[in-house]
Amino acid sequence: MKPVNFDYYAPSSVDEALDTLAELGYDGKVLAGGQSLIAAMNFRMARPSALVDLNNVPELSYVKPTEDGGLAIGTMTRVFDVEHSAEVIKRFPLLIEVSKYIAHPQIRRRGTFGGAIAHADPAGQLPSISVLMNMQALIKSKGEERWVDGQDLIIGPFMTVIEPHEMLAELVLKPWPARTGSNYVQVSRQSGGYAQSAVASIVTLDENERCKDARMVLMSVGEVPILSQKAGEILVGNAPTREAIEEVAELAVTTEIDPATDLHATADYRRSITRVLVVRSLTEAVERAKRGG
Amino acid sequence: MSNKLFPITVTVNGVEYKREVEARLLLSDFLRHDLGLLGTHVGCEHGICGACTILFDGGAVRSCLIFAVQANGHEIRTVESLGTPENLHPLQQSFHEKHALQCGFCTPGFLMTLVPFLEENPHPSDDEIREAIDGNICRCTGYEKIVEAVQDAAAKNSQAK
Repeated sequence: MKPVNFDYYAPSSVDEALDTLAELGYDGKVLAGGQSLIAAMNFRMARPSALVDLNNVPELSYVKPTEDGGLAIGTMTRVFDVEHSAEVIKRFPLLIEVSKYIAHPQIRRRGTFGGAIAHADPAGQLPSISVLMNMQALIKSKGEERWVDGQDLIIGPFMTVIEPHEMLAELVLKPWPARTGSNYVQVSRQSGGYAQSAVASIVTLDENERCKDARMVLMSVGEVPILSQKAGEILVGNAPTREAIEEVAELAVTTEIDPATDLHATADYRRSITRVLVVRSLTEAVERAKRGG
Repeated sequence: MSNKLFPITVTVNGVEYKREVEARLLLSDFLRHDLGLLGTHVGCEHGICGACTILFDGGAVRSCLIFAVQANGHEIRTVESLGTPENLHPLQQSFHEKHALQCGFCTPGFLMTLVPFLEENPHPSDDEIREAIDGNICRCTGYEKIVEAVQDAAAKNSQAK
């Protein structure tokens, strides 16, 4: 099918974009890479009355180191440019590992880092990673800006705290301590397909091989990415033994996730593979932390 | 909502076109209906099948997930830029020789995905080829012949050098 008609604005600066969004209010919708939005518009599942296209705003596209050793990523940076950025490869191998699961190469070439996060697809990899890493989100509107923690950004399926007159401008990734390992594992029916379940984790070890920090996010097993509390409660301060990791898996699967049955998998199957994926992801993250990350 | 027309200037296969388009017109439909370039195929229209893949400023993208108005000032290449029936592009020749197509519907998308891929990876492994084409669906070949064709083109290219 084809999209319905809409008003189209192509600002050439952030200020102009924010002016336009302020004027349009609830009628306006930001167009980033469009790799989800235009597909939804083609099916007329999305019928925005006006689009504010950010593709002519070059100032929103960058990957730059921050003073503390982290990175700031502009919202319109293409996923392709993130996965090929030497700065990202050096600091956050998790983003490289997860990238090849994000749709297909042609989609990553056009799709944007911030657009994927703001879209908040429960089966989207980048929204989950933004929660896991607690990326700091800079949200701008006309004459104002505010920062939101990545773990507070997404409030429902395809829903964030970003208001219609606002836009996500930048994501700041805080540096990881030494001896931090990360991992992403996913099960889907075909390469680039929807995850039936996926788990990402970040583990930091101390000098005695005990967990200083352990974070884990569970994807495609609830309406939003689920940041596990059990991983931290069970692992932090303790040695990440096989038994401890299996306990995390057991509790995560029985108390933290709420998988649905849909075309891609049944709820029971999702629960079953999530248990396996938790063990695999945490085990591998620990191994990588031992090797120095 | 308006039916406003937007003037665009876009370079397709080296030729500059000036047209007026509705904002909702997809780039795939612009190429086919406004420019008459029927080599770009339209399959699923939601980014899954890969048949509409073109080069946008040199990078392989879905033309069904870009509006024509967004191509203003940009450079597009379609399958028509590769070869002619008498003088096939080396990759087209390899597809022909290795039987990498049957019905041919998906072929333009595969070619436009693989031409820049081979430029960046002149000696790809089978796994790298399969990863490169994971966004292109072929319902005829089972992909084996396509991977063979890419290896054939890569081998001939390195021999020629």
